[in-house]
Amino acid sequence: MSAELATADGHLPDAGHDAGHGDHGHVSAENNFLGLPNIKLAMWAFLGSECMFFGSLIGTYFFYHGKSLAGPLPNQVFSIAITSISTFLLLMSSMTMALAVDATRLKRLSSARTYILATAALGATFVGFQVYEFSQFVEEGLKLSTSLFGSTFFVMTGFHGAHVTVGVIWLTMLSIMISNGKLNKERSPITVESAGLYWHFVDIVWIVIFTFVYLLEFIK
Amino acid sequence: MASVADFAQAQAPVYHQERPAKSGLVDWLTTVDHKKIGILYGSAGLFWLLIGGLEALLFRLQLAKPDQDLFIGNQYNGLVTMHATTMVFLAVMPMIAGFSNYFVPLMIGARDVAFPRLNAFSWYTFLFGSLVINASIVFAHFPAGGWTGYAPLSTRAYGNDGMDFWWAGLVLLAISSMVAGVNFVVTILNMRAPGMTLMRVPVLAWMMLVIQFLLAFSFPPVAVGLIFLAFDRTFGAVFYESAMGGDPHLWQHLFWLFGHPEVYVLILPSMGIVSEVLPVFARRPLFGQHAVIFSGVFIGFVGFGVWGHHMFTAGMGPIADAVFAATTAVIAIPTGVKIFNWLGTLWGGKLTFPVPMLFAISFIPMFTIGGLSGVMHANAPLDLQQHDSYFVVAHFHYVLVGGALQGLFSGIYFYFPKITGKMLSEGLGKAHFWLFLLGMNITFWPMHDLGNRGMPRRIFTYPADAGWNFDNMLGTVGVFFMAAGTLLMVYNIFTSMKNGKTAGRDPWDANTLEWMTESPPPAHNFDFTPVVFSERPLFDHKHSEDLAIPVPHEAEQIHMPSYSWKPLVVASGALLVILGLLLLNLAPMLWLISVAGALTVVVGIYQWVTEPV
Repeated sequence: MSAELATADGHLPDAGHDAGHGDHGHVSAENNFLGLPNIKLAMWAFLGSECMFFGSLIGTYFFYHGKSLAGPLPNQVFSIAITSISTFLLLMSSMTMALAVDATRLKRLSSARTYILATAALGATFVGFQVYEFSQFVEEGLKLSTSLFGSTFFVMTGFHGAHVTVGVIWLTMLSIMISNGKLNKERSPITVESAGLYWHFVDIVWIVIFTFVYLLEFIK
Repeated sequence: MASVADFAQAQAPVYHQERPAKSGLVDWLTTVDHKKIGILYGSAGLFWLLIGGLEALLFRLQLAKPDQDLFIGNQYNGLVTMHATTMVFLAVMPMIAGFSNYFVPLMIGARDVAFPRLNAFSWYTFLFGSLVINASIVFAHFPAGGWTGYAPLSTRAYGNDGMDFWWAGLVLLAISSMVAGVNFVVTILNMRAPGMTLMRVPVLAWMMLVIQFLLAFSFPPVAVGLIFLAFDRTFGAVFYESAMGGDPHLWQHLFWLFGHPEVYVLILPSMGIVSEVLPVFARRPLFGQHAVIFSGVFIGFVGFGVWGHHMFTAGMGPIADAVFAATTAVIAIPTGVKIFNWLGTLWGGKLTFPVPMLFAISFIPMFTIGGLSGVMHANAPLDLQQHDSYFVVAHFHYVLVGGALQGLFSGIYFYFPKITGKMLSEGLGKAHFWLFLLGMNITFWPMHDLGNRGMPRRIFTYPADAGWNFDNMLGTVGVFFMAAGTLLMVYNIFTSMKNGKTAGRDPWDANTLEWMTESPPPAHNFDFTPVVFSERPLFDHKHSEDLAIPVPHEAEQIHMPSYSWKPLVVASGALLVILGLLLLNLAPMLWLISVAGALTVVVGIYQWVTEPV
């Protein structure tokens, strides 16, 4: 969806062109009032919406924090060592994502594709870690139905993992589109940057979750 | 003085599409034209309005006299739940979406919305959501947990099987609204014609901008609440299980954090319509246009900070109650600003009273009555008395029927000529207006009294000696007036589409860009990109020599997006994902339906982004 670039007249908006103060003799065929491509504006609005989504999930986690009537409790199951590794990998994926965006700006599509695939691989590894973590927790007796902690933790981090998965699929699609020529040099910077905005956002959400849900658990 | 017809150019540019549109049914299934999608939304809204009205009529028959047993227990609860769910999500919201789709691009001088195919996707997810909710009556029972779906009343332990369809449908509607919200925010901010600064955007488009923000930012909390509900009902999570420490406040907060902005989603567009209609028939510019716009924006912002006033009796504590009481009372200020601006617009105007004006004028006092009882509810101690009584029912029906619905009716009579090129019958319209105004006051005014006499909401019958008999009988009689009026409007629409007077471009001598183009507008909306010099661009063009002839587009072709099946494919995938989760209760293997749906979504999106537009 997000790669839908065409304005109603099918052209990519010409960034920087300020139609609002256009002289009266010239009428621009392009509607691009803010001088910002539609897709970028849409991504920011969508991410605002996503803030409310994750805000509600994380808010619920803390609303119920410490109110579980049955164990195990967070500090009994969390393994900071393992989650630190997966967090590090996800943070590194933001770097490769930024390098991918940079490569598209330099019109180096094949190196952009390499960085995109690296980002997707790091994201997929993160999801793999999460699957492992979940299965460990279930082994230690924490299920969705065990307690409020189980319900809130699995749904919150599960939806974050689902977002990473969506990002991995998105990035894979982009790399396929670069390979078969569906994504050309003109369109690639904005298309990849949009995916990048999403990716960094999902990464930032994880920083919030890792800090407040995991690390704060161990402050005495 | 130039007439509007001067704008029809001799060498109008031709629009072209990569793949030309097919005719007939396929065209309506695959269209990405904002006008056709607007008509689809509006027609669906009208259809569900009739269904929701029928549901109300049925339970009013049950309440007409004491101790009746027409619809009792969960039958009654189901009717009430579906009446509210239908009216809010399936009638008023799609009618608003219809106006938003059809007129926002025209009003801001754009050729379409920012993402035409995404717009079609929103339409299909809405359609599927509405069908899923109503499928409950075929495959199970009507959801009976109330339109607010308070958990734990809606969980497996207390809610009936219809609540599964309820959450599933609402999740689809939430997706539809969030996507549409993003799409229209971008459209209104970025697709305006040259010269149309934000302060020159018509008030209706402004109010649509505000509600699109509200949709995009308020639906996620309720989506999360619904996801929790789905996990509780389907996967045995314990979010709302009090035995496991679950707190009934959780759902209420998540729901009303959405639910109150939603109230403004329902009313602000009608305020926008009234702000468009009054100046045209008072022959004056809108009094204090900027104040009207800013008060709408203010309502939108503060609307996120008042949800707790639905929960004064839930025991949030005195500090939270005080804060929510204060923020709620503050909302009265911008609302009052708008009311006085409308009065100021009428003052000294040369008033004429065709049907859209009648509805717009009666909007003001009817909405004000509902607004005033709303201010009373802001007072937390007073609200403790009124909560869950018929006084509240009277309040929100004055706001939603006298306000939102009358505004939308005004819009239907006002904009019908633009959509179809034909005028609606004035005589039938006036009959509709008077029947409806009379009916809503006969029904809802006595409910204030019923509330004061202590009749609680959501009871399916009452004893004969409670003193509620006369008011309840009135309430039922009035519904028939409203139903008759609304049916007259539907009849009017069908007959006028064929036999109505030809409207022409600008039948009301109006001020904004949508009246500049033909009725109905061509697929590309405008032959040239309009240039805007004030908040009344068409008025300028009609009354100023300098601006009479706009600069024509050079003989270049206008590229319009082609039809596409992909929005339908992706929306069907989303439907399958939800259906798989919904059916999981029948047989565990049915999760494979969800997997198939997810694959459909992925493949559909890939084809979507790679198909030529």
